[in-house]
Amino acid sequence: MIKIENLVKKYDSFTALGGVSLEFKDGEVVGLLGPNGAGKTTLLRILVGFMKPTDGEVEIEGMDIKKPMLEQKIKSKIGYLPELAPLYEDMLVSEYLEFVGKMQGVAPDEIDKRVKEIISKCGLAEKKNAEIGTLSKGYRQRVGIAQALIHNPKIVILDEPTTGLDPNQRIEIRDLIKEIGKDRTVILSSHILSEVQSTCSRVIIINKGKIVADGSPEDLEKTGKGAAVINMEVDTLESNLIERLRSVAGVDSVKNEGNKIMIETEKEKDVRAEIAEITVESGAGLLMLERKQTSLEDVFINLTHNENE
Amino acid sequence: MNRIAILAKKELNSYFNSPLGYIVGSVFLVASGWIFMQSFFIYELASMRSFFSMMPIILIFILPAVTMSSWAEEKRSGTVEVLLTLPLENIQAVLAKFFSAFAFLSVLLIMTFFIPLMLIKIGEPDRGVIFAGYLGTLFLGAAYISIGLWVSSIVKNQITAFILSLVVIFGFYIVGSSMLLDSLPPLAVYVGENLSLSTHFNSILRGVLSLKDLIYYISVVIFFLFLNARAVGEKNWR
Repeated sequence: MIKIENLVKKYDSFTALGGVSLEFKDGEVVGLLGPNGAGKTTLLRILVGFMKPTDGEVEIEGMDIKKPMLEQKIKSKIGYLPELAPLYEDMLVSEYLEFVGKMQGVAPDEIDKRVKEIISKCGLAEKKNAEIGTLSKGYRQRVGIAQALIHNPKIVILDEPTTGLDPNQRIEIRDLIKEIGKDRTVILSSHILSEVQSTCSRVIIINKGKIVADGSPEDLEKTGKGAAVINMEVDTLESNLIERLRSVAGVDSVKNEGNKIMIETEKEKDVRAEIAEITVESGAGLLMLERKQTSLEDVFINLTHNENE
Repeated sequence: MNRIAILAKKELNSYFNSPLGYIVGSVFLVASGWIFMQSFFIYELASMRSFFSMMPIILIFILPAVTMSSWAEEKRSGTVEVLLTLPLENIQAVLAKFFSAFAFLSVLLIMTFFIPLMLIKIGEPDRGVIFAGYLGTLFLGAAYISIGLWVSSIVKNQITAFILSLVVIFGFYIVGSSMLLDSLPPLAVYVGENLSLSTHFNSILRGVLSLKDLIYYISVVIFFLFLNARAVGEKNWR
């Protein structure tokens, strides 16, 4: 359980976090979403104890992060993968995991077993004796995640775990995150929406150091603009068709680019049948008609773009 | 305590895993061996005086090369974020890096033991002076290392760390030189001589191990390690 209250972080005159209050429950897989520079990394760095907050309260497992006495205890409860997965390039994979494990206080007689376990869990068996500097990005990311899991922490924090990976690697890492999220709290940050949508049970959108949305991916989609879009293509465009479409009840706006027409409608109303009828009546051949609900992406752009204006 | 040892071991391994460790080691052995042999064959004296009297200068180039990457490279590559989020106090991380560099220096010095062994075989050197020389070099080296580590923690580039460490150590070294102090008032001479890394070393070289000199070196080490821990704690990098 992590409790954050009115957290503020300022760098000189720049406010990276402007009063964030949040709660993470045990076992949640939470995605922190936001444009670059929104304050995601700052928030995570405060949680892992790499940065001190300017103001506000943070409690991890009931322990106040401001108390120096508790610092080491809190740190050992967390596994952390920093952005870009920084690793000691000159070490071997197994050697590095052993090092982090020992530092995290894994008992000496358990360390070998633990390293073996984590290597197989993270799909690193082939590379366990490879020098980290020679690994591909996908493998580096796995080593970074393995390193965060080596001491079996209750909380795992991953800063942009899939950045810079190709689609196949991304799917692999995503599956790995789902797997580790089964029995612990996972907080990850990303600016890739599909990522968060497919791995997280809860999404927090953060922009300019403030939380602008918080809920399940489905909930957030519902809070969208309240609009649906119909895309249509016709073979010939009759002059009065656009006008006639605009007069349909529930239609907000109609735009066209050549023979492609985009119709914005109210969310609850499905006017496809009516539109098809009018189009065919006008003498045009209907080639394509599809209706799209607002996606999480639209919500994201909406929330973060408006704030930027 | 255990964590300091684990980290120090890792750091020491990385000296021996990198070409830099071997280059620095070879340069040290060649330079110090050459300096010794030169005067040895000219004066034919079973003494290591020339060897130890050049140590402050040789180490000004060697030790900054050992410490330059300690923090600067961690910051550049971002691994400092991994290191400092492990359950470890900043001062423990600083001490681990100090001990590993100190151990590396000790290894370098042990590799020069062939010189005193040879002297004992062929002549009758003053063993006390040789012992004091090695001990003094360790104390002097510890001071250099702590300065080098601190400089490495305030910059982000290894080369900058190397040059800046060299400058700072050299500054500490020459404040005691008579060339600089001759024209100054007595108080400045007193302060300069007492602050200087070289004055304290010279008295040890003569075979006089005074508490004052040892306390001086230990204070320098503690002072710079403290500055180092503070610089690491401030985390003024992003």
